[in-house]
Amino acid sequence: MAQSSQATDGMDSVPALLQRNATRFADRPAYREKEYGIWQCWTWAEAEKEIEALALGLINLGVNEGDFVAVIGRNRPHFYWSMVAAQSVGAIPVPLYQDAAAPEMAYVMEHCGARFAIVEDQEQVDKLIEVQDGLHQLEHIIYVDPRGLRKYDHHKLHRFVDIQEQGRAAHYEWIEDLKARRAKLTYDSICVMLYTSGTTGKPKGVVLSNRNIIEASKSSSEFDRLTKDEEVLAYLPMAWVGDFIFSIGQAYWCGFCVNCPESPETMQTDLREIGPTYFFAPPRVFETQLTNVMIRMEDAGRFKKWLFDHFMAHARRVGPAILDGKSVSGMDKLKYALGNLFIYGPLKDTLGLGRVRVGYTAGEAIGPEIFEFYRSLGINLKQLYGQTEASVFITLQPDGEVRSDTVGVPAPGVEIRISDTGEVFYRSAGTFEYYYKNPESTASTKDPEGWVATGDAGFFEDGSGHLRIIDRAKDVGKMADGRMFAPKYVENKLKFYPNILEAVVFGNGRDACTAFINIDLTAVGNWAERNNIGYASYQELAGHPKVLETIKSHVEEVNRSLADDPMLSHCQVHRFLVLHKELDADDGEMTRTRKVRRGVISEKFDDLLTALYDGSPEIHTTTEVTYEDGRKGAISATLRIVDAKVAPVAAAHKVAAE
Amino acid sequence: MLDASEGYTTEDGRKIGGVVMEMKNITLRFGGVVAIKDISFDIRQGEIRAIIGPNGAGKSSMLNVISGFYHPQEGEVWYQGTRRPPMKPYQVAQQGIARTFQNIALFEGMTVLDNVMTGRMRQMKAGLFAQAIWKGRAEREEVANREVVEKVIDFLEIQHIRKTPVGRLPYGLKKRVELARALAAEPSILLLDEPMAGMNVEEKEDMSRFILDVNDEFGTTIALIEHDMGVVMDLSDRVVVMDYGKKIGDGTPDEVRNNQDVIDAYLGVAHD
Repeated sequence: MAQSSQATDGMDSVPALLQRNATRFADRPAYREKEYGIWQCWTWAEAEKEIEALALGLINLGVNEGDFVAVIGRNRPHFYWSMVAAQSVGAIPVPLYQDAAAPEMAYVMEHCGARFAIVEDQEQVDKLIEVQDGLHQLEHIIYVDPRGLRKYDHHKLHRFVDIQEQGRAAHYEWIEDLKARRAKLTYDSICVMLYTSGTTGKPKGVVLSNRNIIEASKSSSEFDRLTKDEEVLAYLPMAWVGDFIFSIGQAYWCGFCVNCPESPETMQTDLREIGPTYFFAPPRVFETQLTNVMIRMEDAGRFKKWLFDHFMAHARRVGPAILDGKSVSGMDKLKYALGNLFIYGPLKDTLGLGRVRVGYTAGEAIGPEIFEFYRSLGINLKQLYGQTEASVFITLQPDGEVRSDTVGVPAPGVEIRISDTGEVFYRSAGTFEYYYKNPESTASTKDPEGWVATGDAGFFEDGSGHLRIIDRAKDVGKMADGRMFAPKYVENKLKFYPNILEAVVFGNGRDACTAFINIDLTAVGNWAERNNIGYASYQELAGHPKVLETIKSHVEEVNRSLADDPMLSHCQVHRFLVLHKELDADDGEMTRTRKVRRGVISEKFDDLLTALYDGSPEIHTTTEVTYEDGRKGAISATLRIVDAKVAPVAAAHKVAAE
Repeated sequence: MLDASEGYTTEDGRKIGGVVMEMKNITLRFGGVVAIKDISFDIRQGEIRAIIGPNGAGKSSMLNVISGFYHPQEGEVWYQGTRRPPMKPYQVAQQGIARTFQNIALFEGMTVLDNVMTGRMRQMKAGLFAQAIWKGRAEREEVANREVVEKVIDFLEIQHIRKTPVGRLPYGLKKRVELARALAAEPSILLLDEPMAGMNVEEKEDMSRFILDVNDEFGTTIALIEHDMGVVMDLSDRVVVMDYGKKIGDGTPDEVRNNQDVIDAYLGVAHD
């Protein structure tokens, strides 16, 4: 593929886009953040001034071209400015997960060799100081929130506003340097480095160039016809590629406004106040919202409950068809319009999704029921398939061709091929440059022709040309008798029950499948409250016989539905247990993006896994847990192991009939 | 002993100023019961001062004397260099002394925001009529006070419950809302009556951090009563120990910890 190092219209870096927006959209909002209960707003022209002041301050502080600048905090305009300011001075921003524990942070900080860090508050400063001894390169920390930091040694610690102030004071000294550095940026210069969360092994630093980010943003914006009028709510981790593409890439390309919530807890309120037109969330967010709606409907009066159930049934029947523009009878349309007036409209408004024109879910498979629920309300929720290495986009679902079991057609400019082993490969303008300081991994992931292995197994569906993903290629295994074992598929089926938060299915190389299950404390807790069941802790609730009974019924339902599946009928769950603790990223059991780490879990809970297969009725175990502040403790429990009924496998002709 | 005007520096490097409040030979009786017997101690500018003691030692009575709710039969209360005549609690509040209660005393049906706004009553000057027509001064005042309140809400991290009625909140959060209301008054002395009572470890840690942050950020002098010895010893700069209405110890946490009378009062002593 021949690639020029210049974009056609001179928009070849994010800072260049900023300059364009500052003149073209000068008076339009670029950032909003709710603070002290009020939405504060910055226009593109104001944002450009803020970023310039910070960039000058960074030069003044000694940031060189090619330096790495770590950015650690929740979604706030200051951190988006920090990333663009770092790019403007020729440095490379590295956003990190703000909830990472100190040792995780130490690894990444050491690996990228950042000399500067721009962080949110005392918590992050403390973590960096804690890992300081092992790091020799970190020179200056800039923080936004001064609370609790007054007594710290300020030789190497600076307030964000002070750095900006110094930048403004040193305007004439550095402005020419800043302009020169900005002019040097090309399509090939590095835009950002993002660490993959890594379901296995250490995180890898994915280097993305301006070309990757801008091309991916451009083509995806065109695909969904995004304009300068979109509103988005930035609430997903800044270290995640999705947020970078949506809140910087597409926002700068289109010139739309990025809204930052007041605090993570107020996200739902803020979502409702902003009413985004373009919304992105992992399935988990939609699941939680749906669970909350259902819990509240359980508590509603009988008439309201009846009304809700009645109209939702209607919406499920005709809603998706109406959304896809298919023909529906006049009576159905009328009833849907009525439902929209009384139920769907108010509900969408409460969810904060009333204005959503384009909504995406990605990261994990979403349950068909959940997906259909939102679509039937008239929310244009679609799926996309992507990864950090592709600057997000590999496939997208076009409007009107949305289904829960596929991930859509190749995104514009993306080529896809399926290897002989069934693994999905892609090549695009968004394909990453390399893994930082890791040529071996780069070589094994990306071949000289630019094809990248996704690590996922999938196939193109006949007829529609949509891609279907089966599972992580390395998770797909074989049972003892050689039949295919696809754990994720079964886990997703289990997770669609509001009571089940997380599930881990085992069975690779064994003759039957078993599962670990995490209950959802909100859903099960609400149920317990309504049924007068007292409990003091997660552990106690998780071990309650009635809870086990409920979970058992869910597992058996899943088994029945699996029995109808010709490919996976043998993956029914024979035995399961409900874990005594929630799987947690702090304990290394999940990634920061909340994907289960199978290897770690089966090693850590080895005793439980053995008990699942040796037929014992219960097991006593002790588990080490890490608290949020990094201290360790241990919890012990006796877990009951439950046998679930396995459904008889349906005859082949019945399946074919479906 | 230190001179009244002279300050000291704490172990963690905070500068503590001179005496702002002094209790001189306070005695408080309820009929025949002597709740407080001839107690004297002082509170200095910017310090965290704890009053501890076993049940029935007279701690809450002492706090009520400071807040003007009880009037001692004997003794004097000196505040900012002048002797304080017997006052009503609201007059004491006007002098810049705010408090929280052991049993939460919030308006359960009102939202968190409204509850915290009541902490600004002292600063609202507009009359009933002006408030009712809601123009000019009343509006300006409300906006200015709301700003202060929002800063407190931000400081105590309760933005997510801003519009939630207090009655629906869990206990730990109600305690925090009470602290917010006291802080909204921008007090120079903050009295906390058992701020951690009934909390779990995590809630206690949060509350401790907020108390330290309030002291650090606003320089507020804090007097607190607390049962949890660990918390008291970690938080406070100086501790008064009471037992049966008498003062049996006064000093830094270390001094108090090694005081034989205190050990006897807490652990009991064998009588031969």
